[in-house]
Amino acid sequence: MPSRTLSLNGEKVTVEAEDDVRLLWVIRDLLGVTGPKYGCGINVCKACTSHINGKAFNPCSVPLSAVKESDEITTIEGLADGEKLHPMQEAWIDQDVPQCGFCQPGQIMAAVAKVRQCRKEGREVDDAAIEEIRNICRCGTYNRIREAIKAGAENM
Amino acid sequence: MAQHRVAPAPPREGLRAPVGRRKFLGYLIAAPTLVVAAELTRQEIFGGPSASAAPILSAPQPPEAYDLLDFIRDAMRPTANLIRIEVNRDGTVSFALPRSDNGQGIITSTQMIIAEEMGLDVDQVRVTLADARPELLFNQITGGSSTTFSTYTPIRVAAALAQMRLLDAAAQLLQQDVRTLTSRKGLILDPLGNSLPFGDLAGPAASAVTEQVEVALKPREDFTVIGKPQGKTDARDIVTGRKQFVNDLKIPDALPTVVCRAPDLNGTPDDVENLDEVRKMPGVTDVEIISTGVAVRAKTFGQAIDGVRALEVAWNRGTVAGEDDASILKKLKAAELPLAVPAGVVDTVEGAFTFYFKSNSSLEPNSAIADVRSDGAEIWGPMKNPVTAQNAIAKILDLPQNAVTVHVIQGGGSFGRKLFFDAALEAAQASKAMGKPVKLMWTRADDSRQGRVHPMCTSRVRATVTNDSVLSFEQRHTSVSTDFTHGLGDAITATAAKAPLGNLGFSETIFELTQASPYNYGVSTRVLNEVDMRFNTSSMRNVYSPDVTTAREVVTDQLANKMGRDAYEFRREFARSDRIRGVLDAVAKQGRWGRSMKPGTAQGLGVHHEYKGVTAALVEIDCRPETVNRRIREAVTGPRVTRVTFAIDAGLVINPKGLEAQMMGGINDAIALILSSSLHLVDGHFVEASWDNYFYTRQWNTPPELDIVIVESDHDEPGGAGEAGVAATCGAIANAYARAVGKVPTYFPINHLDPFPFEPKPLVPPVPESPTDGLRYTY
Repeated sequence: MPSRTLSLNGEKVTVEAEDDVRLLWVIRDLLGVTGPKYGCGINVCKACTSHINGKAFNPCSVPLSAVKESDEITTIEGLADGEKLHPMQEAWIDQDVPQCGFCQPGQIMAAVAKVRQCRKEGREVDDAAIEEIRNICRCGTYNRIREAIKAGAENM
Repeated sequence: MAQHRVAPAPPREGLRAPVGRRKFLGYLIAAPTLVVAAELTRQEIFGGPSASAAPILSAPQPPEAYDLLDFIRDAMRPTANLIRIEVNRDGTVSFALPRSDNGQGIITSTQMIIAEEMGLDVDQVRVTLADARPELLFNQITGGSSTTFSTYTPIRVAAALAQMRLLDAAAQLLQQDVRTLTSRKGLILDPLGNSLPFGDLAGPAASAVTEQVEVALKPREDFTVIGKPQGKTDARDIVTGRKQFVNDLKIPDALPTVVCRAPDLNGTPDDVENLDEVRKMPGVTDVEIISTGVAVRAKTFGQAIDGVRALEVAWNRGTVAGEDDASILKKLKAAELPLAVPAGVVDTVEGAFTFYFKSNSSLEPNSAIADVRSDGAEIWGPMKNPVTAQNAIAKILDLPQNAVTVHVIQGGGSFGRKLFFDAALEAAQASKAMGKPVKLMWTRADDSRQGRVHPMCTSRVRATVTNDSVLSFEQRHTSVSTDFTHGLGDAITATAAKAPLGNLGFSETIFELTQASPYNYGVSTRVLNEVDMRFNTSSMRNVYSPDVTTAREVVTDQLANKMGRDAYEFRREFARSDRIRGVLDAVAKQGRWGRSMKPGTAQGLGVHHEYKGVTAALVEIDCRPETVNRRIREAVTGPRVTRVTFAIDAGLVINPKGLEAQMMGGINDAIALILSSSLHLVDGHFVEASWDNYFYTRQWNTPPELDIVIVESDHDEPGGAGEAGVAATCGAIANAYARAVGKVPTYFPINHLDPFPFEPKPLVPPVPESPTDGLRYTY
């Protein structure tokens, strides 16, 4: 079984797994990093949303072999700067967004990436931009998510 | 270390005598630290008002697992059925809540209730979820939005007693009159500025004997915590990824396990062609046949899914083989009970509606961990009904109930789904068959196709009217049966529900106790008839009310029309109480009822009364073609709810932020129920296998404008919150839609009969392969 080195949340980690195992399971089941959640396994619910080189992606749909050692993978656990939370995490707490919390790591990672994308493309972080986010929240916290994204964006 | 204990409390006299205030009985528990308790059972069953959401039914049947001997044993432990608050030597206060939190925020509100009575900050109170405690009998079910209603007073009694005891201990140590002492942030202070932390008092305040003590509760006008907005106390853990759900737990050797299921709903395995081949697949450790399918255990969930996909299984047909929506609907219509008032004799308004199957799948799929040994079992899972689960698991494992430990883990959403414990039953079977611990998870496709559903039902309404009044209002609700065999949270009532006709009795009781009409409609009757068709059903958030209310509210608009009245004025006039008028007025004012709307857009109203509270919704909808036909990849767009104004009078509100959150969730549920989300039964199976098949509300469906008004209430007790947002909103959306398009819908959701906007996933293998092209969609 091949051994591979990944860059996960700023650390180099080595893992033994077959090439086709999806990154979500490598992260969760083999490395024990459980912030990204399984909600569908087919890149639909987006509960596993994490970042690869700063961009949102869904590790449920990426085989281990598609990731290079130089790729910086960030899960929700790696978003804060030590104990100092990312502005989006702060906004999430301020707006009291989470209910069960299962989708929220993915929601926050998606929100951060969406704001960065809008900035890069010179777009407003408005309702239209937020409605491009596909992450499901089955508790229905969407309205607070919207408020939090707008507030978090102001401090990013 | 020497134990200092205070003398028994003197009789309450003078300033501290609880004159004119209701007294409650609490217990001091003999322990090395201060432990106080209150009775949950008596409060709820024999003393307090009967809860609409927690009906008390006829005498329980003799139990099978929790039997007379158990009962005698526990009866001999007079404090066994108590809930306890403990003041620890480190100054913290801890409490194990015998309920299940799946995001509804009851851990936070419980912290608030204890903090209020004890003068603490909310984060100084540690609340965990209790393991299954069969001795609590009825008192360990989370459902019917009953948690706060049923636990509010008992928890306060225990907390108030702890506070009284700490004050008494401090008075002795500080040599001060107890009446001059105050309690703040975990310190007892005297007027001279001396203070003692709770931690120092926990030992001295402890009791050497267990005894009953009378206690009075803090008066409402002194509240400083209850009623103030409080963010969820686990928010930081959630936003940093630290909050753990059952599949995040690291239980030694509990490896990922997935079940291969039949193409038919509830099909069972007959034979497996390639067991040994699959056992040799990469990462796979075990493959065993269990009652519901073939369980594959592997190093990763991905490899367990690969094993499931590779299995070649011969299946027995399912419980509804060959059936489809139309055939089930036909059976329901045949079972509809007749309306008493004949049509055509007097002036009538009628409605007949169909509500299709819906999924109560939460985002966290059914999951559980099981470690089954020869002499006992340990189970972890998000269970709203752990006592019934413990009983059922013991039975299939052939173990005594007390050999099964059930740990209740916070869940990733419930919506009724976690009243049952389907994953825990399977995990127990798989662990036993494999002789190893398992972490068993349903795939999304399974959770949607084979998981529990809100049953298909019809609602017929006939009202008789004169020029200015409604003489009668009959509603006949006919439903595929809802499974209440979880009972009221204990093995005794669950056994009663499984007796012949037992479930129908439960259903009818729950229907009758929850479906109060908010209007004075003369002779008003509501009757439920259920038909058992062997679907996997369960209560779904708000159970019968979204459908019953939608039918009633749509017909109410028609009644107003027939009398030439404004829908708001009509409701105001026929409302049965001022509380109902209060919420109606609130939404009409805040939401600007009657404002001018563009063609193709409209407002609609809905009202509901349940869980000791009243609710009203005013919805605006946009049904213009440019909105309905807007395109989003693999999505249902359709009519857009653009604005919701919602008002609730929920009685005493513990946490306004939490209440608002629950209403927001209920509103987004209602949008899905009326406009977009349903399951389609085709040839004995449900088609939907993905969140891009089952169209729960997404960002592009949620209302851009949302106002939630909490109406001031003079009710002293908290009503239910978890489900209260759904029904009135459903009615309002249906009415707004009918007005916008000029046509009253006869089935819900309104898109149910449209062609599938997706390609159905294959049935064999039962789980689609994970894509490999994820890096093409980065942003």
